[in-house]
Amino acid sequence: MLTVGVLALQGAFREHAAAVRRVGARVRELRQRGHIDGIDALIIPGGESTTIGKLLVELDMLAPLKERLQAGMPAYGSCAGLILLCKTIENSDQPSLGALDASARRNAFGRQADSFEAPLSIPEIGDAPFPGVFIRAPVITRVGPQIRVLASVDGRAVAVRQGRTLATSFHPELTRDMRLHRYFIGMCGEQTSENL
Amino acid sequence: MKGTLRLKTGLAEMLKGGVIMDVTTPEQAKIAENAGACSVMALERVPADIRAQGGVARMADPTVVKRIMDAVSIPVMAKARIGHFVEARILEALGVDYIDESEVLTPADDKHHIDKRAFTVPFVCGCRNLGEALRRIAEGAAMIRTKGEPGTGNVVEAVRHCRQVMDEIRILCALPEDEVANYAKNCGAPLEAALAVRRKGRLPVVNFAAGGIATPADAALMMHLGCDGVFVGSGIFKSDQPEKRARAIVQAVTNYKDYGVLAEISHDLGEAMSGLEISSIAPAERMQERGW
Repeated sequence: MLTVGVLALQGAFREHAAAVRRVGARVRELRQRGHIDGIDALIIPGGESTTIGKLLVELDMLAPLKERLQAGMPAYGSCAGLILLCKTIENSDQPSLGALDASARRNAFGRQADSFEAPLSIPEIGDAPFPGVFIRAPVITRVGPQIRVLASVDGRAVAVRQGRTLATSFHPELTRDMRLHRYFIGMCGEQTSENL
Repeated sequence: MKGTLRLKTGLAEMLKGGVIMDVTTPEQAKIAENAGACSVMALERVPADIRAQGGVARMADPTVVKRIMDAVSIPVMAKARIGHFVEARILEALGVDYIDESEVLTPADDKHHIDKRAFTVPFVCGCRNLGEALRRIAEGAAMIRTKGEPGTGNVVEAVRHCRQVMDEIRILCALPEDEVANYAKNCGAPLEAALAVRRKGRLPVVNFAAGGIATPADAALMMHLGCDGVFVGSGIFKSDQPEKRARAIVQAVTNYKDYGVLAEISHDLGEAMSGLEISSIAPAERMQERGW
């Protein structure tokens, strides 16, 4: 069975862990460097990206995770997780894992008053609209040639995929819709070369 | 759709495993952000100073709140007086990310809390027991925290309030169905909210610790007792080395189960804030008594 490492430094890791178990994979919470060995895939939850970034550095987890990602480990990040996966973060010098050839803009829709729910069209996972929950959400402002945009809001990319790396601005872990988690676990089993 | 319950409780879910720090200036807010705070609470005086100086404590000056919002990229919370829905509306108009209807400030209404359901901005409220937590949730609070005894640097009241809530949740969940209504009545909890707790096996919203947390060990203790994260009020900027202590408390909340890590980060933090024995505070002066 696949073991998914859920980064548990800060944020909504409990919800991701529950979703991963529900779609039939094993979960390991990652709080220290030593927890990384032996995971098959990585999930970075929503939370505060500056907090998670600092803890990744202070706990010496940034470099080993980067190394695993460069070697092709599948990863999924939601909200703060999306920010941490992007190569560049606009107007910020916070650390990043750089697995996605893209730029993220933090709080792109505004503060909490502008947080919103909206149904999303994500053809990749089926016809039924996906419940999009956007909380102080980021967007992707620049995409490299290998990136596929899976969903947009007002022309702005809010779900992307590059090889076996997936990122969403919104929070599927706060909904009962398991399609994106199932999609990610499916991605983990694919051969890398097919996706490039 | 904006201002839905899922968006309100959802932001609190994103704060879990984090530390929310009281700040009174943009400079302090930057220090907190750099230390890894997941949010800051903007206020005019920290609870220790409110306690020492006395007088009526009100919502912070909007200028200060605005400057703090401009200084950091993390969510900014601010406090309104219990029942003072106009202060809350002003904070909402300023665009703060969360409002704390707080016993740290002087209550504006001696019977009623704010009807928090009517707002787009989410609210956090303090509690000492399950009934109080569920009354606040029924009024629309999207996040709960223990009251503890603010500004004391003494964790005993936060521990008592947390254990009390957890204890009552365990009892509520174990009761036969036909005894639930009476139990809810006796602890002053709305029945609907009590039933939601039974369905989930826990509070339906995120629950943080607050009121007296001064050290990394205090923060880790509250996490062990089942809190989802911590507020640190006076504990950081009333200590010798705020930045170092703030950083250590952030790490303690993440690795609260690893005593080696806790020992490592508890080194050389300088003096903690000077503390207060609860029995030295007259019951009428205790902030935790505020709230109905």
